[in-house]
Amino acid sequence: MTATKTIEVALSTSGLGPDGRPIRIPLGAEGLASAPPGLEPELEGEHMLINIGPQHPATHGVLRLVLELDGETVVRCIPHVGYLHCGFEKIGEYRQYNQIIPWTDREDYLNSMGNNVAFVLGAERLFGVEITERCRVLRVIAMELSRIISHLVWLGTTCIDIGAFTPFLWCFQERENVYKLLEGWTGARLTTSGTRVGGMIADVPDGWTDGLRAFLSGFPKTLDQVDRMLTRNAIWVGRTVGLGVMTPEEALNYGLSGPMLRASGVAYDVRKDFPYLGYETYDFDVPVGTNGDVYDRFLVRFEELRQSVRILEQALARLPEGPVNIDDPRLILPPKHKATSEMESMIHHFKLVMEGPRPPIGECYVPIESPKGEKGYYFVSDGTAKPVRWRIRPPSYVNLSAIPRMVEGHLLSDVIAINASIDIVMGEIDR
Amino acid sequence: MSANPPTAPGAPTFAIVYPGQPGDVAPVTPTQVPHRGGPANPSVDALRARFGAAIGRHEIVWGETTVYVARDQVAAVCAWLQADPTQRYEYLSDVTAVEYRDPMRPIEVVWHLRSIAYRRFLRLKVELPKDGSALEVPSVWGVWKGADWLERECFDMFGIRFVGHPDLRRILLWEQYAEGHPLRKDFPLRGRFSRAEQLRNALAADPEARYSMEELSITDAFAQLPEDMRKRLGGGARTGE
Repeated sequence: MTATKTIEVALSTSGLGPDGRPIRIPLGAEGLASAPPGLEPELEGEHMLINIGPQHPATHGVLRLVLELDGETVVRCIPHVGYLHCGFEKIGEYRQYNQIIPWTDREDYLNSMGNNVAFVLGAERLFGVEITERCRVLRVIAMELSRIISHLVWLGTTCIDIGAFTPFLWCFQERENVYKLLEGWTGARLTTSGTRVGGMIADVPDGWTDGLRAFLSGFPKTLDQVDRMLTRNAIWVGRTVGLGVMTPEEALNYGLSGPMLRASGVAYDVRKDFPYLGYETYDFDVPVGTNGDVYDRFLVRFEELRQSVRILEQALARLPEGPVNIDDPRLILPPKHKATSEMESMIHHFKLVMEGPRPPIGECYVPIESPKGEKGYYFVSDGTAKPVRWRIRPPSYVNLSAIPRMVEGHLLSDVIAINASIDIVMGEIDR
Repeated sequence: MSANPPTAPGAPTFAIVYPGQPGDVAPVTPTQVPHRGGPANPSVDALRARFGAAIGRHEIVWGETTVYVARDQVAAVCAWLQADPTQRYEYLSDVTAVEYRDPMRPIEVVWHLRSIAYRRFLRLKVELPKDGSALEVPSVWGVWKGADWLERECFDMFGIRFVGHPDLRRILLWEQYAEGHPLRKDFPLRGRFSRAEQLRNALAADPEARYSMEELSITDAFAQLPEDMRKRLGGGARTGE
């Protein structure tokens, strides 16, 4: 490999362009994929088949990639998924709506609270109920905290893949702080099951918002640290710029969503385009890249972390008093002391637990902007307490399906960086 | 080999845009949207004008418009919806299917389309009657590449064949899976085979069958396999269907 890269950048300088963003460093990325001809003539035309995964730390789960290599260059990539398939959708057809919520924790387990909220948003559309204002703001807080967790895990693990260890520790330290908050709220760190149709499992405990404020005051400092460490780091830039480029047309055609789509320059964010939970009333920006490469995906996700902090600050400022759950005994369990002392409440409790709430006949598809992209739940109800069909539209599944297009022509070592940039969670892909 | 254009020096490379001003889009809440009825997606009338009898009834549930399309016209309808400048459904959200508990109701194949430019959402449906005829619909892979894995999953889970898909094979389940298609209503929750039978099948599986025929053919690996293995694989021993 004689293709040279020109890296003209001092480590950790803080140069900002006129738009306030870090200046991009042009690299000789066009020379990456082409091996010089005739280096070893006897090996020319010999292709090698290699297998990455399913048990490989850099595949972020049990993903298996079969790669055909010409030297070090990937000629063809055939992904295999399904090693974690558990049949969530099938099981959901045998469960009442509230009983499905624990399954939503376990698909995209980095965004469990976001999945819980997304699920009940769809179910509430199906039931035709309107949640309380406090619940709406609390759910926004839950979703943005999940986004922060997911992006931090993505950032940390991608750093490990590319060879940086320090930001990984910073990210996971901050992630731990968010998990402490979620644990104080729902009692669980990963498998939160924090929502119910018509409300939440519980209101936030006393003093919880102070903990969130403390997190929000410290978190941007960590982000600045990571920014200084990575954004203009010569190694980081050299290993990410120009890799896995998707043009805007391609990205749309392949069904990419979330940061993958926005890094390619398509400004599509479900929170802005099809708003839910009052996202249209929050003041936040949608970062959009231009090159559609791994580096732009990093920039987009990194900026989304800052925007999530903005949203969280606004949500905290407007968090109203009042009930969290709707006042509807057909959907919300009565308090325990009432269920054990009042006839009416006991009957409601019994019917809710034994029969479950019944939505009207109908169907709905409710998408949300999960950290991975457009996540949608599609419900079909025939009027009984269990859905006829519960479909998860998994964003990282569709994003991953474009990996052959992204890695073919690149070097084997770049496959790791490109695969990391997709931000896959195999629990969601295999379901 | 994709040559990546180097970043032009001085060009703005990273932007924050506002896709819409707050308040542009009315949020859908149950108090504003009726259970049934309401204004239909304007694409329905355009579809009727363009395709006539190929467009069946439409219904509006919770503000979402569903259009029933004739089976053989789906790919043409999708191609038109994607390319027509007045429609611009450039984004395919989802391809899936629904089988109802009522055994007389047909299986429905569902496409969720999204127009980012016009902020529209449209659901297309095709009914596949359960009269013993083949479960086949045209593939929309030629319109949206994103349909690739979604159609494969739908085939895997429901056994619906997408005619024109370049590589229609199981995706979440392994290729030798012989119990059928799990999301069909006649498929029991715990599977068709007993645990003992599943274990026997797993132990008897050929380890070399973990590579597909396509992969084995890539580097002439197939030709280098031992004679008996080639015979077994070439004879289709690895496929469960």
